[in-house]
Amino acid sequence: MNIIINGTASEYPDKLSAAELLRALGLADKRLALEINEEIVSRSTYDSHFIHPGDRVEIVHAIGGG
Amino acid sequence: MSSVMQPQLHSTADPLIIAGVEYKSRLLVGTGKYKDMDETRAATEASGAEIVTVAIRRTNIGQNADEPNLLDVISPDSYTLLPNTAGCYTASDAVRTCRLARELLDGHELVKLEVLGDEQTLFPDIIQTIEATEILVKDGFKIMVYTNDDPIIAKRFEDMGCVAVMPLAAPIGSGLGIRNPHNIRTIVENASVPILVDAGVGTASDAAIAMELGCDGVLMNTAIAGAQDPVLMASAMKKGIQAGREAFRAGRIPRKRFASASSPIDGTFF
Repeated sequence: MNIIINGTASEYPDKLSAAELLRALGLADKRLALEINEEIVSRSTYDSHFIHPGDRVEIVHAIGGG
Repeated sequence: MSSVMQPQLHSTADPLIIAGVEYKSRLLVGTGKYKDMDETRAATEASGAEIVTVAIRRTNIGQNADEPNLLDVISPDSYTLLPNTAGCYTASDAVRTCRLARELLDGHELVKLEVLGDEQTLFPDIIQTIEATEILVKDGFKIMVYTNDDPIIAKRFEDMGCVAVMPLAAPIGSGLGIRNPHNIRTIVENASVPILVDAGVGTASDAAIAMELGCDGVLMNTAIAGAQDPVLMASAMKKGIQAGREAFRAGRIPRKRFASASSPIDGTFF
């Protein structure tokens, strides 16, 4: 399936959980926040939240800023 | 027990209270524009700040996987992090940013709301900021709001439930200092929530002036990070804030047109 991660289209296998996606990206255990289609996906539901074709995924973290 | 009288220390126990939490430092600092994480850490420490702003941005996918994380340097255990919606030009982007920040920081509700109007001035878009405030207050956020130096709007944000109101002193990053001290003073006099100058400070005397006007604190980033020696400037700002606060509490003398001798006139032998 095709999904959009941080603005870039990417191809992933079907039946992918948020936890599996983050592991595939090497971001498991990193301090980040996840939003799919403009809805927050809380850390406690990463295993049970499945990604759907066309989903717009945003993965963010804290950086320096005023 | 000692019978020695303890002197009254007027300079202690003057906390800044935001949303019911006491802070010793009245200087709040940003973490942007530093050369590297070491400089960020050193300058933040030198400033004595307890509340530190951070930005929320996309994680780099597949690159720099091992780059140092800001939260390793500015730990949420040591500092009160203030996620900032800087870079947002609409209420909806600001609301999304705050919700992502709350998830990122495990339910943290204190945020700096900043919704910008245009890139040249970085002045706030007040209409969008009010719209975002309405949504975020209902959503349980504790909002420290960046606004212009309009006393009417500042009061409006307080009435809407913001926990602190933060008027600009001059455009963000401009270093122009306190451009409208009369408005800042009016905002302070009308307020029953903390008023912090946010943006426009260039050097330590600007910070002191803000505090002498009665502001409860100052939030700055560029004035420290952009200085030739950011760590030294952070230390200078800390002292400027403290000096200005003490001068405000001490109550300055009125300005007079003519001189007033410091030495007694009686008892002269000439």
